[in-house]
Amino acid sequence: MLSQQDMLEAERHGKQVRSIYVYEAPVRLWHWINALAMVTLAVTGYFIGKPLPTMPGEASDNFLLGYIRFAHFAAAYIFAIGLLGRIYWAFVGNHHAKQIFKLPITNAQWWSEVFFELRWYLFLEKTPKKYVGHNPMAQLMMFFFFTVLAVGMVFTGFALYSEGAGLGSWQDSLFGWVIPALGGSMQVHNLHRLGMWIMMTFALVHVYAAIREDIMSRQSLISTMISGWRMFKD
Amino acid sequence: MTETFYEVLRRQGITRRSFMKFCSLTATSLGLGSAAAPTIAHALETKPRTPVLWLHGLECTCCSESFIRSAHPLTKDVVLSMLSLDYDDTLMAAAGHQAEAILDEVKKKYKGNYIVAVEGNPPLNEDGMFCIQGGRPFVEKLRETCADAKAIISWGACASYGCVQAAKPNPTRATPVQKVITGKPIINVPGCPPIAEVMTGVVTYMLTFDRIPELDRQGRPKMFYGQRIHDKCYRRGHFDAGQFAEAWDDEGSRKGYCLYKMGCKGPTTYNACSSMRWNGGVSWPVQSGHGCIGCSEEGFWDKGSFYDRVTDIKAFGVEANADTVGKAAAGTVGAAIAAHAAVTALARARQKAGETDEQKGEK
Repeated sequence: MLSQQDMLEAERHGKQVRSIYVYEAPVRLWHWINALAMVTLAVTGYFIGKPLPTMPGEASDNFLLGYIRFAHFAAAYIFAIGLLGRIYWAFVGNHHAKQIFKLPITNAQWWSEVFFELRWYLFLEKTPKKYVGHNPMAQLMMFFFFTVLAVGMVFTGFALYSEGAGLGSWQDSLFGWVIPALGGSMQVHNLHRLGMWIMMTFALVHVYAAIREDIMSRQSLISTMISGWRMFKD
Repeated sequence: MTETFYEVLRRQGITRRSFMKFCSLTATSLGLGSAAAPTIAHALETKPRTPVLWLHGLECTCCSESFIRSAHPLTKDVVLSMLSLDYDDTLMAAAGHQAEAILDEVKKKYKGNYIVAVEGNPPLNEDGMFCIQGGRPFVEKLRETCADAKAIISWGACASYGCVQAAKPNPTRATPVQKVITGKPIINVPGCPPIAEVMTGVVTYMLTFDRIPELDRQGRPKMFYGQRIHDKCYRRGHFDAGQFAEAWDDEGSRKGYCLYKMGCKGPTTYNACSSMRWNGGVSWPVQSGHGCIGCSEEGFWDKGSFYDRVTDIKAFGVEANADTVGKAAAGTVGAAIAAHAAVTALARARQKAGETDEQKGEK
């Protein structure tokens, strides 16, 4: 479905123009804001669970963990609101904007291309395929390790935040049920932290794959997320 | 006609002055303000007494021990006078068949109008044979007694969540009351044990107002379990400042810094310890220099070490904490990426060499 659409699109522009407009401005903006929020969340989150060495002096002179938690919560709001905005854009944006939210799992062609990509990454294929949007493998990973996980992090995160916000707060009304459902506050803390590690591990893979494909598959990836245009070298 | 609470209390030798003091104290501790004191007094004077039956399953009696040490002697006297008249096999004078007969009597006489307070829980394995009372499994006694009750109070972590006897692997299949009794309002009052004033507060509220207190999602009274230990902790300032005890005998520990790094479970525990404290307000765990162990939280025995903040997650028979898993995953993936990049570079170099050869050949 997707790749055929891509091919048509590529045919339409490809041979002459050799570049296609893929990521619209809101998607690009969200990508970088989200990346920044994620880095902030991971670093501050790490230090909330395992705080920095103790501060000298009076308690009234220090507010270190307070600031760290503030940064975490502020970045969390940006992350969550950004995610909401991104979901909105999946409805109103171009078809590439929908990719990370739905998988064409009933499409046999798509699955065969997932395995093709897997073989390509395992050095079993000599020449890569080109995709206007995400390649099917990337789409699959993105769906589970970003979209699903991000929703999970928002739910567990706001559930934990609701503990401080208190009973009856909107965070509690919307997300408070998560805590007993997952087996208590301590368990939710632990799972939220595990989610951070999974997301950071995925970020490693994401950055590596983007750089590698940028070089290997003779099409732009990193600059595409800045300019929005996918360039094909041949 | 059945007696009112007031009549019972007077018969127990409690003066009117003491009775009024008790009403004010209760109004205050329930957060209702002094204006509610006359309401409480009026209710106690006019309402027929609601009997409370106190059952004991698999437990250590720490809930009873806590309860009879309720800080204010008045509270203890008043509430105990109310309770001991009926059934509590640990505290009552009667024993054997005489005691068991009271259960039947109350059940018949006050059908649908008595409260059952359960301390401990029933074990379900081997048809409940791990806890026998009066020649019968406790679970049978519990089911029968609760069948005609108006409401049920689950005292402590045992009755609310299972506590130590339900910790993995739970050989007797000790099961919390809320999973055995259905179709009745159940009030969970967790803690190992719960704070005495919390216990008397809950009983008094129910007896006085003839309704159960407002409960949260886990069936706990909001008035006592609405906030975490952490939210009202007097060491919270040190937490926000980033000042922690890093070892049990270090400088920070002596200065009374936050015990978060020593594994304090205050941030994940709902209870009133930090505001009501223990033993008549003398002290409480954090004040005595040891972190909270989270005894009022579900399954606290199975939630990893009392002395770690990032605790182990048990799943699929594996036990590891989020940091161990995360660092291993990130490390492995990082190494895999490096290896993958190296192979890629190598393959590319070889391909290029091949291309150059081909080009040379063409020339």
